[in-house]
Amino acid sequence: MSKNKAKVVSRKEMTKAQWTLHQMNVNKIGYFMIAPFMILFFLFTIIPVALSLVLSLTNFNMIEFPDFVFMQNYATLFLDDELFITALKNTMIFAAVVGPASYIISFVVAWFINELNPKIRALVTLVFYAPSLSGNVYIVWTTLFSGDSYGWLNGWGLKLGLIDTPIQWLTTKEFIMPIVIMVALWGSLGMGFLSFIAGLQGIDRSLYEAGAIDGITNRWQEVWYITLPSMKPQLMFGAVMSITGAFGFGSIVTTLCGNPPTDYVGYTVTHHIEEYGGTRWEVGYSSALSFLMFLIMVGANMLVNKLLSKVGR
Amino acid sequence: MQKEPKFKKLRTRGHRVVLNRSKGGDGAITVLLFIAGFVMILPLVYTISQSLKPLNELFIFPPRFLPMKPTLENFKGLFYLMNFSWVPFSRYVFNTVFISFAGTFGNLLLSSLAAYALAKIDFPGRNFFFQIVQKSLMFSTSITGTIVYLIVAWLGWMDSYVAVIVPAFASSIGLYLMKQFMESNVTTAILESARLDGAKEFKIFWSIAMPMVKPAWLTLIMTSFQGLWQMGGSSYIYSEQLKTINYAIGQMTAVGVARTGVAAAGTVFIMIVPIIVFVVSQSNIIETMGSSGMKD
Repeated sequence: MSKNKAKVVSRKEMTKAQWTLHQMNVNKIGYFMIAPFMILFFLFTIIPVALSLVLSLTNFNMIEFPDFVFMQNYATLFLDDELFITALKNTMIFAAVVGPASYIISFVVAWFINELNPKIRALVTLVFYAPSLSGNVYIVWTTLFSGDSYGWLNGWGLKLGLIDTPIQWLTTKEFIMPIVIMVALWGSLGMGFLSFIAGLQGIDRSLYEAGAIDGITNRWQEVWYITLPSMKPQLMFGAVMSITGAFGFGSIVTTLCGNPPTDYVGYTVTHHIEEYGGTRWEVGYSSALSFLMFLIMVGANMLVNKLLSKVGR
Repeated sequence: MQKEPKFKKLRTRGHRVVLNRSKGGDGAITVLLFIAGFVMILPLVYTISQSLKPLNELFIFPPRFLPMKPTLENFKGLFYLMNFSWVPFSRYVFNTVFISFAGTFGNLLLSSLAAYALAKIDFPGRNFFFQIVQKSLMFSTSITGTIVYLIVAWLGWMDSYVAVIVPAFASSIGLYLMKQFMESNVTTAILESARLDGAKEFKIFWSIAMPMVKPAWLTLIMTSFQGLWQMGGSSYIYSEQLKTINYAIGQMTAVGVARTGVAAAGTVFIMIVPIIVFVVSQSNIIETMGSSGMKD
């Protein structure tokens, strides 16, 4: 046996399993290095998703011993919970508007910034990124849209005679969705936007020169034929950031319009999860909601990824 | 008969090709960006302006954008008034600072260590682990909040700093950015020669790889710090003396109009710190984001 060990190992003499084991042994330090991160990552990110799938099949409510109810929670969601249908509809509308809009705005702004003089690029980047950095400043929008006459919009509307009584902007059904979407877009130039800025700066100038020689006559053609195909990895990353952001923004609604908002306009699945998970402790039911949201988010991301990978092929 | 295609004459300056840029297009872009930038920054400027207004100016009709007599009273009030509350303001500040620093430090250390292994050590399964992390960017962890709450409770971490600090250590975006950056910026040849010289892997990580990825550190510090700094009322912490500034400011806003100015001052305080962190590290962050792309 000891003779065997002393032999110099070569890839050819081993089966695939043996080679893998050998590699694992030689590089075992790698497992030690990822262990601290991965343990916490699984504990707080992966296991919760897996648990939500398991618990969603039970009627777990923190008091009684959970029973296995199979698909009952999901059936209730779609057949017997009108509020969920409202929440799902709102979430989908938000995501369908805010996701693509924030993505396109991020790219166009990043591209325009790249066309500016390099000296002022950093400053302009800061201006557009600052809202997403400042997080809870959503609160300032409550001052701008405040329902009394000291609110910015009401104050000037009254003064200029555009309205005769203060409007309750944040509690009137018709205004909630547009205002929340606007505020969401205002704060949506985040990581994806920075990635675009960096991606644009990283494109080799010689590509553009070659393009000019090949007959590209303006910047619009340039962006379509050269820029977009050259920064596909950043476009993918930006898409993930936009989609994930667009699905998970119930907190803006809560900050601006309260929870629940008037007539449940702008009530999202996130609120519904909080209601059942946090307030009523019907964990089985809220897990069904969580897992469904997980599937929707990942599904949307995969779909968009597929579509983007076809661009320029 | 085919027409001869018309070629626009190629403009050159010295040996360089001059790219086709119309003056009108440049002008339009500048004007558009100026207007859009104005809209973006307006709410932030308005917050600052509110915080500088004396109480009587906060309630004049119609509201003015800029203060007539700017004052720092609100900022003084933030520290002075709140020191008479049950928990002194300095305690909220300490909590926020402590949580932000500890969480950021742990995140930086754990993410870099894992990122280094995933990028530069060829162990079986590394692709699998990285793929999971990358896929996890596709959903926001807020949806599983209830279950994470149960896990934190099960660990016995309720009502302690640990409950908010430790989960922040394992942020997938941090690991993702660090790994991508290490992959393209740490030269494998240097690591190999250090390995041949008999250096231990931890030593190589710490004294060779880490100094090469300073831009990525700064990016991780920014993303992690920003999230923790702005953390409001966390459901894990219910003791008043462990709560954060952002929570305290939320309470002030809820109290009503008399505290409007002080609350605005608090909001400015919360808002300005991450902006400063970003400004200081901006060029490094952009450099890091250059390798943020996703390959399918």
